[in-house]
Formats: sequence, structure tokens, C-alpha cells
Amino acid sequence: MEVLIALSVGVMTACGVYLVLRASTFPVVVGLTLLSYAVNVFLFSMGRLKVGAPAVIDPLADGYADPLPQALVLTAIVIAFAMTAFVIVLALKARDELGNDHVDGKGGNLPDDKEAGA
Amino acid sequence: MMHWVIVPVLLPLIGGLLQLVARRFGLPAQRVLGLALTGGLMAVAIQMLILAQAGDTLVYNLGNWPAPFGIVLVLDRLAAMMVLLTSMLALAALGYSSVMRVDEQGSHFHVLFQLQLFGLNGAFLTGDVFNLFVFFEVLLLASYGLLLHGSGAERTRAGLHYVVINLIGSTLFLFAVGALYGAVGTLNIADMAQKVAAAPAERSGLIAAAGLLLLAVFALKAAMFPLYLWLPQAYANTSAPVAAFFAIMTKVGVYAIIRVHGTVFGEQAGVLAWLHMPWVLAGGLVTLVLAALGVLAARNLREQVAYLVLASVATLLVAVGLNRAEALAAGLYYLLHSTLLAGAFFLLADLIRRSRGVASDRFGVVARMHGGRWLGIGFFFAAVALAGLPPMSGFIGKIMILDAALAHPWRWIVLASTLVASLLILVALVRSGSFLFYRPQEMALVEDSQLGEPPRKSALWIIGSMLVTAPLLVLFAGGVMEFTNETAKQMQQIPEYIEAVLGNPLSGEEQRMP
Repeated sequence: MEVLIALSVGVMTACGVYLVLRASTFPVVVGLTLLSYAVNVFLFSMGRLKVGAPAVIDPLADGYADPLPQALVLTAIVIAFAMTAFVIVLALKARDELGNDHVDGKGGNLPDDKEAGA
Repeated sequence: MMHWVIVPVLLPLIGGLLQLVARRFGLPAQRVLGLALTGGLMAVAIQMLILAQAGDTLVYNLGNWPAPFGIVLVLDRLAAMMVLLTSMLALAALGYSSVMRVDEQGSHFHVLFQLQLFGLNGAFLTGDVFNLFVFFEVLLLASYGLLLHGSGAERTRAGLHYVVINLIGSTLFLFAVGALYGAVGTLNIADMAQKVAAAPAERSGLIAAAGLLLLAVFALKAAMFPLYLWLPQAYANTSAPVAAFFAIMTKVGVYAIIRVHGTVFGEQAGVLAWLHMPWVLAGGLVTLVLAALGVLAARNLREQVAYLVLASVATLLVAVGLNRAEALAAGLYYLLHSTLLAGAFFLLADLIRRSRGVASDRFGVVARMHGGRWLGIGFFFAAVALAGLPPMSGFIGKIMILDAALAHPWRWIVLASTLVASLLILVALVRSGSFLFYRPQEMALVEDSQLGEPPRKSALWIIGSMLVTAPLLVLFAGGVMEFTNETAKQMQQIPEYIEAVLGNPLSGEEQRMP
């Protein structure tokens, strides 16, 4: 299980970094989302991976899962969700004001703008 | 008495909610409420400074959970100083935006402003790393809204870069905090300092990696090389009061380095002690030189002031990186000076831009302006102070940092880059000042068609009241330095900090007693 989790965090982070470095805003937003997924799984695994262990005190249990990372992940999910919503709206606003979806606003107007204008 | 510590966090939060309601009564009501709230916050901050002045580290257990399990707020001299500085800067920025009607350009300016204060004060007061992350997110989300306040394609472009880079920074913050938690099993800063000191040798590599990743996040907030490229465009393109208020935002990054790294990787940490110091010093020196070149190369006044903010934060990083109590004390003195002066300079640049009309604040277009005399005096005053010339406070701050640097093995590099950077900044400011204020006088006969609006008296008063802190900091340098010395010493007494946080009895029992 450790290998699987480590691989999934690594692959998601790599994809996220690749997408964040793209020049259009949409891949950047998807990349940020992937990075936040990766960090959520990473945070979760920092409480050590255990199967079937209770988080709340149980006299019969022989071990406990750490509940704190789960609370951290919950907070991180909520924040990442709000941030994603915000950055999508901002990307749309930039697309509207700069005339294209390049992160620097370069590259002229998109073809569909001209069609829509014509 | 005990509850004072949480008031600076709660007051802006409730204030933000009230502003949402006050929106129905129009902007004048919001302005009055905002100024009243920020003034109240300043009064609270002064009260907290008096509390912290006694030298104790005051700890507030949220929800009355004892320290390593619950989240704590910690008030010491440094936190009290930062909260007071923030409220002073906020009051000036809010006053300016009310006078110049900047808040009309978009909605929810006052709400976001209060929430920004909420995030800042929380970040200064918290004693928990994950809570620090949450407050960082609060202040960042509010700052995104404030940065984009008003409109314009340039502002949106710079805002997009700022938002994306800070979101990546937040992700890295979570990675670093997660790795630290995985390695030592705690999030409380005091507890973490203890656990890192006691960590087995095979863990130290992981802890070092997580600590340096966390340093990268704080360096991003503080705009340290090579993570400073977002700052000049973002600050130069936003509205003036927001840029002035953001002069404190980079200082939050420096504060977090002093607080988290200074405590966790202090001298008790064994092999990991002072792990971050060479990085902070080297990054600060490179940033300082590049910022000075940026000041020289800037194409308009606002961009120049943005690079001046960068130079001031780089000087601060150098002071922290020297790793001596005297250097830190001098750095904190410099922090007070540079934050207020940089804020004033942003507001002044806005007035100059407005009074030059279509020429805006570009260098390269000669234009006459209204009220050039007062603006020129203000510019001269601010430039002398920020370039670090005597008799202003910047000179005292810098000379004390250099004095402390003499004992450091890198002293020649520190001296050379600080002095060369100061010279470059001085040359650039002399050039832009004479361009803006002397050359138009030669062309006084040219038609007045392109003049902008004259500067408002009330705006000049606000800027004047900020500028006057420079000579005040010189006049009261003895008292202020005594305070920053005590603060720097307190930051080095890590066992006392740990003792105060972890040995704190539950406050509820005392509260129930009449």
C-alpha cells in the first residue's frame, strides 16, 4: 500500500507541475487542482497508513489511526476548493479582459473571438 | 485580562461581517465604520504592546484545550509590535482610500480590508504551524480580492500571476507541514522545537528537507530571490492604498521565518541548528542587489517603489540571516521604518501620478504637475529616508545592521552588496526625483492642457503623518532600539518560549473566579 500511495502522490505531483508550467490558463488551473489532490493524499499518509484501526478510543483496539491528518486534509480540501473556484473566475476574467487565455495575455485574440465578432 | 490576546483577531473578523451589513447604508457609512474599527484595533494593539512589554510570553488556549493538543495564540514582544505596525499602516491606507474614493472602484473593498487584517493578525499571533497556514490562506484570499480591486487588463494580468504563484506556495506549505508532522508528530511550534531537538539522527534529513521546503514557502511570501518576480508587477499595478497596505505582506514572510524557523531550528536543535540561516543570508544579499538594479531600471514611479519594497525586505532578510541578536534588533528597527515609509511612498506615487494627468507616473514623458512643491518635498523626504541617508531612520537602521555584520564571516560580501545597493538606489531616486520635479520647471511656459487633478490636502496630511515617523524614529531611537533589543533577545530565549506555551495552565479556572 505504501508503494501505491507514494506512486500516486508522485505521479499526481509530476502531472500537476507539468500542467502548471503550461502557457494557457485552463491547464494551469487543472494543474493546481492536481497538486492539491496530491498534497491531500500526502497529508493523509503522514498519519501512517493503517487498515481498520479506530481513530476514537476503543478498549478493544490494539492500535489507533491518527485522526489529526484527517482533520488537516478536511481543512485543506475546503480551502483548495474555494481557491479553485476563485482562480477559475479569475482566469475567465483574464480571458475576457486580455482577449485570450495565455497566462501573460500574449498571443493575440483567439480565432473564435473573430468569428463571434463577425 | 487573559482575553486580550484574541481581540486583535476577533475584532477585524466581526468588523468584516459588520461591513457586509453596513454596505446597505452606502460607502460613507462603511468608511466611518472601517476607520472606527481600524482605530479601535490600533488602541487594542497599543494595549497589547503594553502587556507584552512586561516581558512575559502570554499564551491563549483556544477552546481551553491545553497546548500541544489545542491551538494556541501566543503574544510576545515581536507579535505585539507587528500587530501595532499593521494597524498603523492599515489606518493610513484606509484613510487614503476613503479620501481619494478608491473604494468606489469595485465592491466589498471594506469587507476585504477587514478580513485581510483578520488574516494578518492571526498569522502574527498564532503558535501553531497549521493554523499559520489557515491564516495565510485567509490573508491571501482577501489580498487577491484587494489586489484586483478596481479593474484594468494590467491589473488582471498581474493578479493572475500573483494568485497562481501563491496557490502553488500554499500547496508547498501543506507538503512541508505534512512532512514535518510525519517526522515529529506535532504542529505546535513550541512542541515542534522540543521534538526536533530530541529527534533521532536518522530523522534529521527528513526534518531538514521539510524545514527548507517551509523556508521556500516563506521566502515566496517575503519575495526572496529567486521567488521575487511576482512582486514588482503585482504591486505596481494595483491601487495605491492596497499597494501601501501590502508593504506589510512581505514582512509576514520574514516574520514567519523568524518565528517558525528561529524557534524550531534554534540552537537547541543540535545538528539542525540554524539550518536556514545561510540560505536566508545568501537569498537576502542576491535579492538586495537585484532589487537595487530594478530600482535603477524601473520605467515608472510605482514600479520603482515596488522595487524599493523589495530592497527593504531584502535588507531585513540580511539582518535575519546574520544570526545575531544585535542584527535582528537592528532589522526589527529597520522593519518599522521601511514598512511605514514604503507605504507612504506608494501613496505619494499615486498622488504624483494623478497630478501629472495623462503623463501618469512614467519616466520618459516630461509633464507639469499640480502641487509640485508639496509633492516634491514629500518625495525628497521619503527618498532620503528610504535610501538610508542621514539624518533619517533608514540610515540608523542600516548602519546598525552593518555594524552587526562586522562579526560575521561573510562581512565583506554583506558590506559590499549593502553599500553598492544603497548607492544604486540613491542614484535612481535622485534621477527620478530630478526628472519628475526639476525638468518640468524649465518648460513652465508650455500650455497647461494636460495637467491632472491637484493633490487633495487631506491625502497630503495622511502621507505627511506617515512620513513624519522617519524623524520620530530617529528622535526616539534610544527607546525603540531598547525595545527591539529586548525583542531580539526574547526571540533567542527558546526554552522560555517552550515553557510558556507548554507549561501554560488552563485559563478557564481562573476566568470563572470573580
